Amino acid sequence: MKSSVRKSRKNSKSQLTQFLGFLVLRLSVYLVLFVLIYFLFDVLSHGSRVISWEFLSQAPRKGMTEGGIFPAIFGTFLVTLITAAVAVPLGMAAAIYLNEYARAGRLTRLIRLSIRNLAGVPSVVYGLFGVILFVNLLKLGTSILSAGLTLALLTLPWTITASEEALKTVPDSYREGALALGATKWQMIRTNVLPYSVPGMLTGAILGLARAAGETAPIMFTGVAFYLPFLPASLKDQFMALPYHLYVMATQHHSLDRAKLLAYGTALVLIVFVILFNLTAVIIRSRLRRKWKN
Amino acid sequence: MDRTDINAVYKPKILVEDLNLYYGQKQVLKSISLAIPENQVTAIIGPSGCGKSTFIRALNRMNDLIPEARVEGKILIDNENIYDRDIDLVALRKKVGMVFQKPNPFPKSIFDNVAYGLTIGHHQSKASIETVVEKSLRQAALWEEIKDRLGQNALKLSGGQQQRLCIARTLAVEPEIILFDEPCSAIDPIATSKVEELIHQLKKNYTVVIVTHNMQQAARVSDFTAFLWLGELIEYDRTDKIFTNPANKLTEDYITGRFG
Repeated sequence: MKSSVRKSRKNSKSQLTQFLGFLVLRLSVYLVLFVLIYFLFDVLSHGSRVISWEFLSQAPRKGMTEGGIFPAIFGTFLVTLITAAVAVPLGMAAAIYLNEYARAGRLTRLIRLSIRNLAGVPSVVYGLFGVILFVNLLKLGTSILSAGLTLALLTLPWTITASEEALKTVPDSYREGALALGATKWQMIRTNVLPYSVPGMLTGAILGLARAAGETAPIMFTGVAFYLPFLPASLKDQFMALPYHLYVMATQHHSLDRAKLLAYGTALVLIVFVILFNLTAVIIRSRLRRKWKN
Repeated sequence: MDRTDINAVYKPKILVEDLNLYYGQKQVLKSISLAIPENQVTAIIGPSGCGKSTFIRALNRMNDLIPEARVEGKILIDNENIYDRDIDLVALRKKVGMVFQKPNPFPKSIFDNVAYGLTIGHHQSKASIETVVEKSLRQAALWEEIKDRLGQNALKLSGGQQQRLCIARTLAVEPEIILFDEPCSAIDPIATSKVEELIHQLKKNYTVVIVTHNMQQAARVSDFTAFLWLGELIEYDRTDKIFTNPANKLTEDYITGRFG
């Protein structure tokens, strides 16, 4: 007998199961989206009320019940720059070593495992480590430099891992082809591996930096100040930063009611800051990809 | 015709002496000795896993990339043992070029692909690079097809064109020996015949070694054929002799398609 391909009672049961399965998956997505949208809407609707040119360009005034958050914006920008200057080149170099030079063996495996584990260490532990190493041992004091270096340590495992993943996407045939044409190992890496992996490396690095920019615990002990009406004049000065300012305004302020809206504004600026970061990553990646496609 | 006879008639370019190769504990090549004559095409045939790719990759030391690979014995190219300590791998790989099984153009322009070996390391004038690129592309019978779009990304070429581009790229660094590792296994029959024609042309100026699992191909393009089986060299002789009157029963069974 020929088999029919029409819907029948027999396969309607399995179709129901499939429908229910998809429903669960769909609902999970909606739930996550709902939480995210509600959260963004809440921050946006409250925060946008205090956003003004004054808020973005002035220092806080009157016990941080008025004025703006410019020192915090500037501080977060600067500390992220320090973090980037240390973590990105170091992370790329470490990844190149691990992926291209290190012999596969127990030691390399151990190093890799440690890096993965370091990525999971709570940020407050990095903060305490930063106090011990940078503030006290290296005598950098509680400063924007100590904070930047601490954040760099926090970001390093992410940049190394992301850079290594980017290097792994380059097919071995590119490496073999270059070597077979008489390239040295470094020439091969420089001309035929890095150009194709740098977009991925940068994307990973920027995402790591975005995360670092939003961290509070690592900078709390190493350099951030509760309140500074002026900008840091050198790398050894303390600074204000958006995440810590937000924490202060939301929980530590002497008059939380009056600080509430300013806290919302700060949160909004921080979120926009991070989104801009991620957007940069996306743009860099697609630009470079397009460049090599043609 | 044994090895000494071949040597008497043809000048050997590559002399393999008692070559043993191991991947970790596993021995992949067992005591292989043969002389590869200059300006001739030598085919390496044998069933999958017989070690033919490993053998050809030993000739330009590409096996060095595999950490657990270990080599015993000698490979003399122009009487220099390429496994000596003082061998310059860069110079070796310029002298012994390689075309891979799967066409592997770099995601650069056609021009930059061919110029790659010329631009790394040392600086040549732009004009001389352009001359070499054109010459190599002509040699690889690709020039007419792509001369108007040298700036195009090489990945947009067809598989057969990509493989000829890889050949041009290899020719550009002016090797003396060219190794082909199953160069036609990933391209269509028309492209295959073009590549075969090319290999035939190349032997005027180069010593060619080609690995293939396609016996008709070996018969068509090569002057000498080596039959490898489970890492051992079973028979090595003139191609017409191997295909018409093999000395070994295993060779006969293989070329008549009884296994493989």
